[in-house]
Amino acid sequence: MSTPSDEVLILRIANGDRPAMATLFTRYRTPIFRFVLRIVHNETVAEDVNGDVFVEVWRQAATFEGRSAVSTWMFSIARFKALNQLRRRAEQELDEEKAGNIVDEADDPEVALAKKDKAAVLRQCLTKLTADHREIINLVYYQHKSVEEAAQIIGIPEATVKTRMFYARRKLSELLKERGIDRGWP
Amino acid sequence: MNMTNEPSEIEFLLPWYAAGTLSEREAREVEAALERDPDLASRYEWVREELAQETAINEAAPAPSERELQTVWARIDALPRRRAAISSNLQDRIAEFFAGFAPRTLAWSAAAAALVIALQAGVLAELMIKETAGSYSTASAPANNPGGGAFVQMRFAPDATGVEIANFLTDHKLSIVDGPAAGQLYLVRVAPTKLDPAALTRIVKVLQGDKAVGFVAAVQ
Repeated sequence: MSTPSDEVLILRIANGDRPAMATLFTRYRTPIFRFVLRIVHNETVAEDVNGDVFVEVWRQAATFEGRSAVSTWMFSIARFKALNQLRRRAEQELDEEKAGNIVDEADDPEVALAKKDKAAVLRQCLTKLTADHREIINLVYYQHKSVEEAAQIIGIPEATVKTRMFYARRKLSELLKERGIDRGWP
Repeated sequence: MNMTNEPSEIEFLLPWYAAGTLSEREAREVEAALERDPDLASRYEWVREELAQETAINEAAPAPSERELQTVWARIDALPRRRAAISSNLQDRIAEFFAGFAPRTLAWSAAAAALVIALQAGVLAELMIKETAGSYSTASAPANNPGGGAFVQMRFAPDATGVEIANFLTDHKLSIVDGPAAGQLYLVRVAPTKLDPAALTRIVKVLQGDKAVGFVAAVQ
């Protein structure tokens, strides 16, 4: 007897088992919230999207076909809903979001200070990547998704997942170099 | 990386190697490459640093609030209740059976779907026979080792809502490790380490006072 697998929980949820839903909710509530937050950049919106994801899981559990891992299915739902939420926003707000994704070339005082701390500079550069690059970095490094799982969540071929990750890391190198850290790659 | 700046397949795989999400074969290939190529090993250190800092960024991000918890469960509670189509024990064992397959194995081509349906029918028949024969363990004790910690067995109150169950588990820092067994009993971990009987009894008494609980007893 061990902790129930996600597959077991989904089957129970399909039969209306609320404790199973509570277990799945506890297991994925925070990781999915943080994944969504990286897309929508707003805690309240991220919570609303997170809620939509779990209500969808509750409603659609019976349709889960096992084509992917349960967590991959849930992250796919979360990504779809988060992007829909972004699209629904006002044009001006969208512009602000895009502006937030544009690399800021200037060194603010914080950056200048951070130059003394490689880790801090790296964190700053990670947040300066474009949305696509941030997404793949997050899925691979924080959500621990395999090439196959990341491809299923984003909806792109596995080869594209690998190249996107590579180019995200290359962009990271460029950003680091602009901030005085040359890691000699690529 | 070679001098033409064309990354090798191994170079592509470094992030997944650092995250521990490669297959055994791929991981062995990366390991071997890292051992024979000091430049690659040096670049891998940056990958590890990237992973560490991406983790740090996310761990510093806020967690969802109590408001979200209440809202989600209120929405779920407002939906019509579903009736179980098959017994929980039976469905769990079917799920575990299929969970043993890799997702790719379950990519449903027509032929694979036909095979799975046939398999499922066989599993159902086998499990039904076993269930009829009374081969289930009773709810009095865990059938197998559930891992370390202190445990209770409990049944939720029939009218407990999702909000109440979620709050109950969160407030008392509990985790469901198995169930429902016969009688809708769940095995719940109440502490990460084994407790003496007196301490466990005290916890049971506290849990008994929660309206989400229908029945609770210590598992010694």
